[in-house]
Amino acid sequence: MTLRMKTRLTVATALTALLLSGTAFADTTLTFLVDNNADSVAAAEALATAYSEKHPDVTVEVEQRPGGGEGDNIVKTRLATGEMTDVFLYNSGSLLQALKPESSLLDVSDLPSQAKVAAGFKSVVSADGKVYGVPYGTTMAGGIFYNRKIYAELGLTPPKTWADFMANNEKIKAAGKVAVAQTYRDTWTSQLFVLADYYNLQAQVPNFAADYTANKAKYATTPAAVKGFERLQEVHDKGLLNEDFGAGTYDDGLRMVASGEAAHYPMLSFAIGALKQNYPDELADVGFFAQPGDDAANNGLTVWMPPAVYIPKTTSNAEEAKKFADFVGSVDGCKAIMAVNTVQGPPLIDGCDLPADVPAAISDMLPYFKDGKTAPALEFLSPIKGPALEQITVEVGSGMRPAAEAAALYDEDVRKQAKQLGIPNW
Amino acid sequence: MVEAQRPKRKSPYPLWFFLPAAIIYGVLFLVPTATSFWYSLTRWDLMTAEYIGLENFRQFFSEPFLVQGLINTLIYAVMTSGLKTIFGLLLAVLLTSNLIARGFLRTVVFFPVLVSTIGIGITFTVMMHPTRGIINVALEAIGIDGPGWLTDPALALFSVALVDLWKGVGLATLIFIAGLAAISPDYYEASRIDGATRMQQFRRITLPLVWPATVTVITLSLIGGLRSFDLIWAMTKGGPGFSSDVVASVIYKQYQAGFYGLSTAGNVILFGLIAVIMVPLTVMFNRREVEQ
Repeated sequence: MTLRMKTRLTVATALTALLLSGTAFADTTLTFLVDNNADSVAAAEALATAYSEKHPDVTVEVEQRPGGGEGDNIVKTRLATGEMTDVFLYNSGSLLQALKPESSLLDVSDLPSQAKVAAGFKSVVSADGKVYGVPYGTTMAGGIFYNRKIYAELGLTPPKTWADFMANNEKIKAAGKVAVAQTYRDTWTSQLFVLADYYNLQAQVPNFAADYTANKAKYATTPAAVKGFERLQEVHDKGLLNEDFGAGTYDDGLRMVASGEAAHYPMLSFAIGALKQNYPDELADVGFFAQPGDDAANNGLTVWMPPAVYIPKTTSNAEEAKKFADFVGSVDGCKAIMAVNTVQGPPLIDGCDLPADVPAAISDMLPYFKDGKTAPALEFLSPIKGPALEQITVEVGSGMRPAAEAAALYDEDVRKQAKQLGIPNW
Repeated sequence: MVEAQRPKRKSPYPLWFFLPAAIIYGVLFLVPTATSFWYSLTRWDLMTAEYIGLENFRQFFSEPFLVQGLINTLIYAVMTSGLKTIFGLLLAVLLTSNLIARGFLRTVVFFPVLVSTIGIGITFTVMMHPTRGIINVALEAIGIDGPGWLTDPALALFSVALVDLWKGVGLATLIFIAGLAAISPDYYEASRIDGATRMQQFRRITLPLVWPATVTVITLSLIGGLRSFDLIWAMTKGGPGFSSDVVASVIYKQYQAGFYGLSTAGNVILFGLIAVIMVPLTVMFNRREVEQ
């Protein structure tokens, strides 16, 4: 062996060693797509940091997308074209079913963290008995935020029946205040009185979700289902709304109920995050109650499930992505989210308890869960939700269309969705 | 046919010269157009497409707000096109006369054309707020109770059309100014000698001779009005309820809901609608032009 050959060999060995070590410590980069809501982004960043501390060789890059219908299209397009990130955040329930999880997502049923995830959540991220996501945040609820100062001033108590609620509203109106804030510029906010009435609907018609999916029950022909539309119409017809309800925005609604310009604002509990961020000094003045029905003895809460983290089949980092998803669904991941986010309801992961000092609106919510007086919203029990509901509820809430007619129109919208989803019996 | 009888002139360019343009046109325009006709016959979720015949068209025509959307589209297109033609011509006449700061005024009229439509939509939405908007605050100061410009279902479409007029009139004015500049001053001079009034000059000379510009303005603004979407979406999203929905916003909502086949069918229908209105109109305009 000549010296030259020896040198060559040494150089080659050294190079090989360098290359090998290069692979051993190579950084994996996981991309993570979330919606651009401040809460979602804050939680995603916190998870990315916490995960990288545990696994220094993995970097999690957070990408943002718009929310709402535009966000749905981005997610669907990226999945269809194979351009999806390694992990992504998306709704659970009926919206997830539209992604066809069986053909587009990785099965994550066997992640160790799933053992501690509440069964109620697993059912809304499953298809054909396989689980496709891990929870991102806590349970949410739909109901009515109220201003505790106004209630204290006027000596009111949170209502247990719709009649009590309307009586409170009359007193608030007589005192010269806006009883119910409505914000139809952001059309989606108009659906709450209908959607959050689902506890009351299922209390009277326990089979509604199944019959509705099977094309047997209709909104228009089920009196308990028309109730939500009637209630929306009633608050308008009795003149309880803010003057600019047609032009108000979601943020206007939060401002009104936080500052005491308005006594009530029907909304999902995820608004607590925005309230904490924009009106931190007034957060303690805001309370929460379930949308009351006709029976005081059966006063319960309609519950929403948080979004979930999913892995597309097209990822090139499946193993790393699964490890990250496992972390998100673990107690540590849940705590990382809670540390930066406002909790919006009871947690879904066993062992991840609520902090001691939750906002008043959350403590108002907990008794319903303790007493078992909750029901999931219809969109978690049936894959069908008509896309035009928010326009129809704007019409009802603005006095443009009577409740009964609106319910019939919504049935038509539901028929269209069912047909487009290719659901049997439609 | 007249063209067929003409002797064929040989093109000065070799055939391959047209190839790059033909490929670009084919890949970016012809293929998507053809595939969209196919997808309009399917239930399509971007991943799988299932052939369902004319079901999407049946569904689209039974859409409860399609009829209202069609009527709104026609109202909106005719109204914006008519107003742009009238105001565009009047402004052009004004801005070609001997006016102080004429160049500056022309710029001011044209400026809104350059601004982003979405930006204009959002700005006017704020200005048209029923209680806090500057328009109603100003009206209140002089004792008038302003209407809900965008929240009153009877008014919303017209409010958007007025903003569209403000935004688009500059382009119409520009085309008319070019048309007016092409009219020989001799006609005006001759008619003045014959004792014609300004009104007579406008009716007998300006109007007929500016006809080619008028045709361009009407055609462009009518097509623009028929397929208008961005301003309406930025200002009302078709609301309140469905009261300011146009065909394009109905289609967009199907797309948003994930009904890709259905919204493609809607686009095929919109394509047909524009063709049915614009082809006869163009033929008619051209004939009139020839007659003159």
